[in-house]
Amino acid sequence: MTYPRDLQYTREHEWARLEGDVIRVGITAYAVEQLGDVTLVDMPAPGEDVQAHERFGDIESVKTVSELFAPVSGEVVDVNAALESSPELVNEGPYEDGWLITIRPSDQAELDGLMDAAKYEEYLGTLDG
Amino acid sequence: MSETLLETPLADEHRALGARLVPFAGWRMPVQYEGIKKEHEAVRTRAGLFDVSHMGEILVEGPNAIAEVDRLVTNDVSKLDVGRALYTVCCNDYGLILDDLIVYRLEAEKVLVVCNASNREKIVAHFAKSLDLGTPWNDVSDEWTLLALQGPRAVDVMKELGATADLIGLPSFHVMHANIAEVELWAARTGYTGEDGFELFCANEDAVRLWRAVLEAGQKHGLKPVGLGARDTLRLEARLMLYGHDINEHTHPFEAGLGWVVKLDANDFIGREALRGIKASGFDRKLVGFEMTERGIARQGYPIIVGGSRVGEVTSGSPGPTVGRNIGLGYVPKALSKVGTTLGIEIRGKVVGAVVVRTPFYKR
Repeated sequence: MTYPRDLQYTREHEWARLEGDVIRVGITAYAVEQLGDVTLVDMPAPGEDVQAHERFGDIESVKTVSELFAPVSGEVVDVNAALESSPELVNEGPYEDGWLITIRPSDQAELDGLMDAAKYEEYLGTLDG
Repeated sequence: MSETLLETPLADEHRALGARLVPFAGWRMPVQYEGIKKEHEAVRTRAGLFDVSHMGEILVEGPNAIAEVDRLVTNDVSKLDVGRALYTVCCNDYGLILDDLIVYRLEAEKVLVVCNASNREKIVAHFAKSLDLGTPWNDVSDEWTLLALQGPRAVDVMKELGATADLIGLPSFHVMHANIAEVELWAARTGYTGEDGFELFCANEDAVRLWRAVLEAGQKHGLKPVGLGARDTLRLEARLMLYGHDINEHTHPFEAGLGWVVKLDANDFIGREALRGIKASGFDRKLVGFEMTERGIARQGYPIIVGGSRVGEVTSGSPGPTVGRNIGLGYVPKALSKVGTTLGIEIRGKVVGAVVVRTPFYKR
């Protein structure tokens, strides 16, 4: 599997993309594959603060529950309301319609601490087997 | 420390089909191929094929086979005719559940006991300790493959495979010897999905041949290979017990709603005195089915909250793909077990609404 080059990645399998002054956040294709059919996503409300590498929500599949971790600190600007009724969007397009939240970062430089696609792919290689 | 996982003879078939294999009860088993929801739907509307070779199989033979197995389980095996099967539990001296089993009388003096993979060692040890020394028995789990063909079109798939009229017409909870795709096997009308279907026991060396033949015959009937993920949602909708979740060594059959497999007035069996005592003195909790009335999915171990206090615990929970609601099972005090009773399920610190409903959640 190859990963979009324009994203930054966390060890917990979230992606982050700088879009103007906000950062859009979702989970990676690897995470989606591990989860299976997504059935429910619990997310913070707009205006709430999130901390880098701390839990900001939960994602449930038929089989299991996983925590969601914020790639950067900041304030939640927007949440993907479509996931409320159509959580399967995460499976269908984790980098597009299946995005989770946008964050106004308190320190944009935190993005630089994340992995690029090549590093993330290398990291995934250490997880298998 | 990671221990070496066992693989069924079909592991490479699963990989070739794109399955995700995960550790389960000491085995590396397919949890899903295409996705749990699609696989679940295939079994409810068409047909699904499962590799459940991780299950334990014990053969008990000889003139005392029936009487000996009867002594180990709560249901009445003495009345089991040749070619018939029954569901039962196996209890310890305290009447607590060691495992749930299906007992098949293959021949007059040949009984097959199928146990859960997670309990195989325990049940084999229990049999070794409890069976009469003169009764030959054998743990054949490592030599036998078990495939489950389940769903409303399972019978069409069997016809496609050239099954005889006897096999097509095999009634529920019956078993017979058969030859399918040139494979000698035992075919039973049993399963763990709430659908019609067959379970096929064959020798490991025939596993790949049989698996491929069934998949091919099933193509025009919409058959899909199905993993353990959908097996769990299917069995939960049908309120079939999962050992280690809904029943375990701290539960007795009455509170689990399995009183119907306890035949106190039949021949003596291990745990009978204790179960008589439990029945006479009564018991205070019951396994109930519930559905979520608010947004949330209950999972095993989540507390059940009523009036601000913890009154029980969820034993199984997931979305029910066919019933279209988030469902679960859990033990609650009898006073809270009536259909329509409002419960709260504590999900990550927040109490979410649920209601006791009639089970099974799904009935074909």
